[in-house]
Amino acid sequence: MFYREAGQFKTSYEVDAAVFPIRQDRIGIALILFIAFVVIPLTATDFVISVLLVPFLILSLAAIGLNILTGYTGLLSLGTAGFMGVGAFACYKLTTYFPNVNIVIWIFVSGFFASAVGVLFGLPSLRIKGFYLAVATLAAQFFLDWAFIRVQWLTNYNTSGAIEVPTRTLFGMPLTGPNAAPEFRYLVVLSFVAAMTWFASNLVHGRIGRMWMAVRDMDLAAELIGIRLLPTKLLAFAISSFYCGVAGALMVFLWYGSAEPAVFNIDQSFTILFMVIIGGLGSLIGSFFGAGLIYGLPIIMRFIVNLFGWQITPATVEHFTFMTVGGLIILFLIIEPAGLARLWQIAKQKLRVWPFPY
Amino acid sequence: MTAPEVKPRDVLLSVENVSLSFGGVKAISGVSFDIRKGEIRAIIGPNGAGKTSMLNVINGFYQPQKGTITFKGEPRTKMRPHDAATGGIARTFQNVALFRGMSALDNIMAGRSLKMNKNLFWQLLRYGPAMKEEVAHRRHVEDIIDFLKIQEIRRTPVARLPYGLQKRVELGRALAMEPELLLLDEPMAGMNLEEKEDMSRFILDVNDHYGTTIALIEHDMGVVMDLSDRVVVLDHGLKIADGTPAEVMKNQNVIDAYLGVAH
Repeated sequence: MFYREAGQFKTSYEVDAAVFPIRQDRIGIALILFIAFVVIPLTATDFVISVLLVPFLILSLAAIGLNILTGYTGLLSLGTAGFMGVGAFACYKLTTYFPNVNIVIWIFVSGFFASAVGVLFGLPSLRIKGFYLAVATLAAQFFLDWAFIRVQWLTNYNTSGAIEVPTRTLFGMPLTGPNAAPEFRYLVVLSFVAAMTWFASNLVHGRIGRMWMAVRDMDLAAELIGIRLLPTKLLAFAISSFYCGVAGALMVFLWYGSAEPAVFNIDQSFTILFMVIIGGLGSLIGSFFGAGLIYGLPIIMRFIVNLFGWQITPATVEHFTFMTVGGLIILFLIIEPAGLARLWQIAKQKLRVWPFPY
Repeated sequence: MTAPEVKPRDVLLSVENVSLSFGGVKAISGVSFDIRKGEIRAIIGPNGAGKTSMLNVINGFYQPQKGTITFKGEPRTKMRPHDAATGGIARTFQNVALFRGMSALDNIMAGRSLKMNKNLFWQLLRYGPAMKEEVAHRRHVEDIIDFLKIQEIRRTPVARLPYGLQKRVELGRALAMEPELLLLDEPMAGMNLEEKEDMSRFILDVNDHYGTTIALIEHDMGVVMDLSDRVVVLDHGLKIADGTPAEVMKNQNVIDAYLGVAH
């Protein structure tokens, strides 16, 4: 009823090619951004911000990174956590060498380090694809994982072998370290995620996005229309790893506060891969859905258990959440193998003709 | 009455003595023919004659072991398919090779990738030069969409389209490259009569309207005879006839190849 595009005429290709051609979508996005930037910092509790929203946003960013590679370009990768780790350790090294440069700049720059590593491990993708490429990226994951633990130079020879995030400020306020205000951290993370999502959306809607999808859908035909496979795939690796690297740096500096290398192990790679698959391959909004479901659901379930004050041991709660979340994932995949993003699309399509579908 | 004198046109592509084998299997042995500018050239032959292999050699999927290929007056050496694309050779496939996850519009827009060159920075912003480029190419693509009469399906994911329309979108994607030479591998396979007539009309219009040189493989002899200016016939990797449709039809070798010889 309210989600109708009747009467909205597009008079130029520019308007028609817009990312959100329907007015209601634009209003919706503006509303979400307003809530995220203004309402939430003013109203939400520290718990909601630190435990729910900041991790959700950071994992969404990592999921977008993997989605660019796996969902848009069709290159299956299991090295996500490794690339995130490169970003985190690069940021740590940079900020300890040059403490006077603003941490926000270093978080951004650390993405380039992850990019470089991503391109290096993306080189085999010209020759191998599918599961075989996944195994090749698995090598990246194990090698990087090993390096994070063994190369003590990376943690500045810290005896605990972990990154201990120093206090850094932005606009005179502490942004990292134990004294940082959750709202402030949240706003910085949100700005990163919003800007990078916007960039990603621009990319996938333009020439480069079409080239990636062409390579994904039919690489022979893509080559035939003049797309060079190796540069296109490497660009996907570079940009994907950039996103993962920034997400990794944000994760350690603005979420964990200190991190052991184990954070970037293979489990993390799989978690993000599941987010992408359940959210929807080849969909940016799906990355948010997937991250929300996989990260948010267990927390919300634990919260519900606490709310009712059931006398259950924490271990039982843990097992119960595992089972339920697993069951839900299977259920979602049976209902819609193309992911939550497709469900969302179908819902929007239904809404267009609601309440008179004929 | 004699046929009007036809001035021989410039040769666009010539294939000389090309041989291709896969291990012990000879797909093409010593075939030579040429394609002249602006003509519709048919390549026919029974199954397994080496027609598709010939197209694959022309656009660089296979490297022939022997022989030379001269395109636009330049003999070419080893090349990759994207070099062929840069040179102006477009191609459709026997079994549709569209980008199945993308809409018809995006498929055809992807065909313009070579002509679009705004860098990553502008692509990230999708503003200014990148948007201008996008709109300019969109305009061109919309012309092709109008030309092929597929306006109403432009937003439909191609995987959901019926076969005939998929073939049409694939032709559109090839046309978006503004090719000098268009290779069509069985453009009418699996179509009904009406769809065949439509497709024949499009092929003639492309040839006429854009002046594109076309080489096509087709099994429907009626279509071949009506559309093509000259026909080359392959059988078991050998060239057995070359000439106008009327000449080829009367050629004894061709008749034998298609109908078999009494032993």
